[in-house]
Amino acid sequence: MTTNATATGIDAHDRVEVTVTVNGVPRSSQVQPRRLLSDFLRHDLRLTGTHVGCEHGVCGACTVLLDGAPVRSCLTFAVSVDGHELTTIEGLAAADGGLHPVQQAFRDHHGLQCGFCTPGFVVSACGFLAEHPDPDDEQIREGMAGNLCRCTGYTGILGAVRQAADELRATGDDPRQRTRDGATASGEEVSS
Amino acid sequence: MKPPAFAYHAPRTTDEALATLGELGDDAKVLAGGQSLVPLLNMRLAAPAALVDLAHLDGLDAIEVSDDRVRVEARVTHERLRRHPAATDAVPLLREALDWVAHPVIRNRGTALGSIVHADPAAELPAVLSLLGGQVELATSGGTRTAAADDYLLGPLESDTRPGELATALVLPRPGVRTGAAFDELSRRHGDYALAGVAVTVTLDADLAVATARAAFIGVGATPVRVDLTDSLSGQAHDALAPADAVGLARDVIEPTDDIHATADYRRHLAGVLLERALTTAAGRAAAGGTA
Repeated sequence: MTTNATATGIDAHDRVEVTVTVNGVPRSSQVQPRRLLSDFLRHDLRLTGTHVGCEHGVCGACTVLLDGAPVRSCLTFAVSVDGHELTTIEGLAAADGGLHPVQQAFRDHHGLQCGFCTPGFVVSACGFLAEHPDPDDEQIREGMAGNLCRCTGYTGILGAVRQAADELRATGDDPRQRTRDGATASGEEVSS
Repeated sequence: MKPPAFAYHAPRTTDEALATLGELGDDAKVLAGGQSLVPLLNMRLAAPAALVDLAHLDGLDAIEVSDDRVRVEARVTHERLRRHPAATDAVPLLREALDWVAHPVIRNRGTALGSIVHADPAAELPAVLSLLGGQVELATSGGTRTAAADDYLLGPLESDTRPGELATALVLPRPGVRTGAAFDELSRRHGDYALAGVAVTVTLDADLAVATARAAFIGVGATPVRVDLTDSLSGQAHDALAPADAVGLARDVIEPTDDIHATADYRRHLAGVLLERALTTAAGRAAAGGTA
């Protein structure tokens, strides 16, 4: 897929068409070059699950998967990722509402309180677990260190990532894939 | 917290990028991974009229390992370099330094060369470049030049990248025999900016006594602060270093400042502690065959 942004340039206030595949669905919108990917997702594509906290790369709330790897959407321009694939928090739970193993683990371990940071933590954890299917506690701590939570004190979050790692290793599922319908009974707790 | 408006250029080739940069001159900034530039834009600390984005460029993404050097092109991310065994085997300090660079999510997009161009005095890779005597390759539409680390790193967030120029690659020489290196730093949380940090190399003679030793500190000066410690350490057995003189020398040379994270005195103390540890590690590695 090609971008419309050519070497001849896009003027600062002109709009350019950006097309990305988000959670498996091709989506496009016309945006100015300065449109951050976080705002592109939230305002242009109306995918408001991705949260914006600090908007300068410190808090991690806006983390999404870009071609399978977690990145800060607030430090990325939409025009830069034209033609690429994204996974957001909306792309993890099953169509029937069944929670993704990482989401279920956050629920089981009280890995959230206000929930503002949670989309970033869940998406970061999915990217982390894809790279480290059998992490030790230190690796989990370091892997999650790029995300800030001001409620939980992190203990529940670390426990959740540990449970999700065990769960995903048992099933062999790619943590970055959407959960299949019926994979977890909605509303029931996975044994921890 | 939204970036100011900028014109956008997405060249497909290096030649296109150089032509565009040549036309725009002072008005343009190069966007590579954006992990340092975009925060500056979001906070309105920078407002370039145009960005030349390397994201859609075909090329400038090679990692080349030869007998005497490792060459890393402009689009190579920290994480890709960190996972390149040939490069990190050739320059083992690279691997240890990259482990300290930011958080994994930042490393997925930030580029190794971009960190050097950005020239943050607390960043790891400028110190590696300075310590190892590396170089930066720069190009314009009219030709290329090579800048030595010391000439290139001018001050905090200031590198000698001239209008119309594109930094295309960083080059690190491979260490010689009986040479060991180490990188150590302290931050409140792994991945945050270091309160202080140090990279060292130690080369031993045939009797496994120190022949040369040097260090480059981060977070305690306007640029990486390189200190030659050879006079303080030469002749000492690799497994019985008495680093007090070297630590004293380094603490005199560095110029830490106070901020909300730590006092200058604390940073000076910390730099010495880290130096002592890193020297011991590097000397041990040099004796063991110069690995890691």
